[in-house]
Amino acid sequence: MSEIILGSFLILGSLVILLAGLGVVKMPDIYLRMSATTKAATLGISVILISTGLHFGTTEIISRTILIVLFLMITAPVASHLLGRAAYLNKLPLWEKTVIDDLGDSLKNKQTAEQEQETN
Amino acid sequence: MFFEFAVNFSLAITGFSMFLVLIRLVMGPHTADRVVAVDLTTSIAIAFIALYAIKSNETYVLDAGLILGFVSFLGTVGYAYYLQLRSKRDE
Repeated sequence: MSEIILGSFLILGSLVILLAGLGVVKMPDIYLRMSATTKAATLGISVILISTGLHFGTTEIISRTILIVLFLMITAPVASHLLGRAAYLNKLPLWEKTVIDDLGDSLKNKQTAEQEQETN
Repeated sequence: MFFEFAVNFSLAITGFSMFLVLIRLVMGPHTADRVVAVDLTTSIAIAFIALYAIKSNETYVLDAGLILGFVSFLGTVGYAYYLQLRSKRDE
């Protein structure tokens, strides 16, 4: 019984990873690609690793897999935030149907404030 | 029986998604796209390592997954820092 549950978790995790792979190929611009890969890959890897730990069932392996999952969940948002910011500063094009551009607005506000200070 | 099928199926699916990421790595119009692809490759490799640990019944390969996650994070941060410096230089 437990083997069936663990096996279906493995299949679920690998399908979520397949979703990340499809997203990185099909999405129209780099920001959407990053949003697809970061979330899907983190979820899929967490599910696969936790079911690996439960399959072996010893404290040693479970603690190791939980360590990997925690590390991934802490580092993945930081890395993708930095990469997205760097991509925006390199002026990579946004998708033409993008609605919200908060970083662009705040950079524009900063520029106009600096210009006003210079004129004063 | 079902568990062995699940492990083999998941190995096949992860391998196929690695191939999809490779397409983006070759296609990627900008360096940042390629960095995203490399980051996802290492993440998928961690899942692959976990599945291999089940299939071969050897647990010490999970340590390699931990190190791979660490190296992937440092590599992505390094590339992002380099891209940010390049954007400042171009201005």
